[in-house]
Amino acid sequence: MSDNLIEFNNISKFFGSVIALKDVTMHIKRGQIMCLLGDNGAGKSTLIKTLSGVHKPDEGEIIVEGKKTIFDSPRDALDMGIATVYQDLALVSLMSVTRNFFMGREPTKGFGPFKTFDINRANTIASERMGQIGIDVRDPSQAVGTMSGGERQCLAISRAIYFGAKVLILDEPTSALGVHQASVVLKYIVKAASSGLGVILITHNVHHAYPVGNSFTILNRGKSMGTFDKKNLSREKLLGMMAGGEELDKLEVELKEIDRIKN
Amino acid sequence: MSTKSKSIQNKSSDERLRKVSKLKVLLNRPELGALGGSILVFIFFGIIAGDTGMFSAYGTINFLEVSANLGIIAVAAALLMIGGEFDLSVGSMIGFAGICIAIPAIYWGWPLWMSILFAFSMAVLVGYANGILVVRTGLPSFIVTLAMLFILRGATLAITRLITGRTQIPGLRVLVEDDPIAWIFSADAFQFVFTWLGSLGLIELRQDGTPLATGIPASVIWWIAMTIFATWLLMKTRYGNWIFASGGDKLGARNVGVPVGKVKISLFIGTAVAATIYACVQVLDAGSADTMRGFLKELEAIVAAVVGGCLLTGGYGSAIGAAFGALIFGTVSMGIYYTDVDTDWFKVFLGVMMLIAVIFNNYIRRRVTENK
Repeated sequence: MSDNLIEFNNISKFFGSVIALKDVTMHIKRGQIMCLLGDNGAGKSTLIKTLSGVHKPDEGEIIVEGKKTIFDSPRDALDMGIATVYQDLALVSLMSVTRNFFMGREPTKGFGPFKTFDINRANTIASERMGQIGIDVRDPSQAVGTMSGGERQCLAISRAIYFGAKVLILDEPTSALGVHQASVVLKYIVKAASSGLGVILITHNVHHAYPVGNSFTILNRGKSMGTFDKKNLSREKLLGMMAGGEELDKLEVELKEIDRIKN
Repeated sequence: MSTKSKSIQNKSSDERLRKVSKLKVLLNRPELGALGGSILVFIFFGIIAGDTGMFSAYGTINFLEVSANLGIIAVAAALLMIGGEFDLSVGSMIGFAGICIAIPAIYWGWPLWMSILFAFSMAVLVGYANGILVVRTGLPSFIVTLAMLFILRGATLAITRLITGRTQIPGLRVLVEDDPIAWIFSADAFQFVFTWLGSLGLIELRQDGTPLATGIPASVIWWIAMTIFATWLLMKTRYGNWIFASGGDKLGARNVGVPVGKVKISLFIGTAVAATIYACVQVLDAGSADTMRGFLKELEAIVAAVVGGCLLTGGYGSAIGAAFGALIFGTVSMGIYYTDVDTDWFKVFLGVMMLIAVIFNNYIRRRVTENK
């Protein structure tokens, strides 16, 4: 049991008479990528918000590294090392890469009223971190607005890792990206997991999920249809279980591309 | 591996950095428009009015003083605008702060320094009220502070008439002389320099041999000091980063732990306090408070901030830009008297200048945020 980084046991969430989530169970191990799949309206957003401390579950328990926990706020979850990267990424496009990277958690130097934002150190760390994931930040004082969608996604993830995330919850990180950009982000997610993080990847795109995931939880109408290990699950079977499998043909091309990149 | 990738990173960033010249960095700054505009305005008046005394010591002090008065509130308005909000109650706050100094000092017998401190504490209250209303209700600050504009101006008039039976309160000048803190807002700095220049015959003198321009007015010192302080805040502190973040994306900033509400409330307090500094300078200089003092100043402050490169939707701008915006405003408003142009045209010029500045700044911002 203790090899689970985080456990969500029988989580239910009700909004008045609406059952948004019912008995959802997920276990995430260190170094694993758990993909959470489901069509629109399956309850993915509610589940993310429950996992990240925005909503409190009405039933069930959350166990972080063996200890039963209740999150009172997103801050609580963050302090436990559970970081959520939402679709809007919490980046300000008019601000520089560095200023975004350290937004709210700026390194300082000096004391008392003369404490200043240590911009040089921040610049060094930001471009070093971005360099590690293969993104060449020409100038860390350039505005985030000049970066591509994939680069922004990587910046948001890299920021979460730098500030001590143990579990990363990624909400549709590839949904707004083209094939190449998506592959850059997916590669980075695999790299992050291999360094010992647990990742929950929320997506409705099987073709993005299958190559990178270790296990798959499928959500349908607020209920979990079960968690499957990759070795017991073919891509076709996974597609079949998803409600939104009709885009299959169109995405066949994309699929090959990602396979090629992963190998 | 990490050292290897680091060295590659450093090498490639060096390569890129060499391409970016100092000039290009400057071209991407938000205050560029206002800086260029100031230079143009000076060239224009240098040619048109160069021999009229506009740029004599006395003339220079005159237009600097007008610029400085506006600059004091424009810098605070710029910070608030970068933080994503407006304060339309600045002008009314100036009038209100004026009577908060004058009524206790003249009618209640308070020492002047105590009245000044009273005015500043009222400013903190008004700023806090504006801030908490905007943050708690989520209403646009445009509406909330527009309401405050009327409330404060009305209260200023009603209270003054109730207590004094008139709309002006004269008689403060005598009190300034012996006051321990009033000099902060009224004394001329570097008087010895002007006396010395006068004795050398380099600047104009009065009949009695004292120089016509007696020193740098306190407002100019305040203007420069506030611009430096605001720039330091914006560029060099965590709080500065929070201002940009709060204005750029309120929700995103909150999600990563920026105390957006506190930042905004403190910025509203900042504009009200700046309005009170303006009121102190004016009231102590004129020796009287007037219920209409500061009328329409809120709009002039916004003009200066916008000309200075602030984005109306927040998240972008500069305090130095706003200071230059105020300099343009002050130079033109005084300079126009030295030309043959009918002063009736001043506001036309102001509007046109603002339009050009906004279009230009928009172009700069697009360059900064969209070039790849």
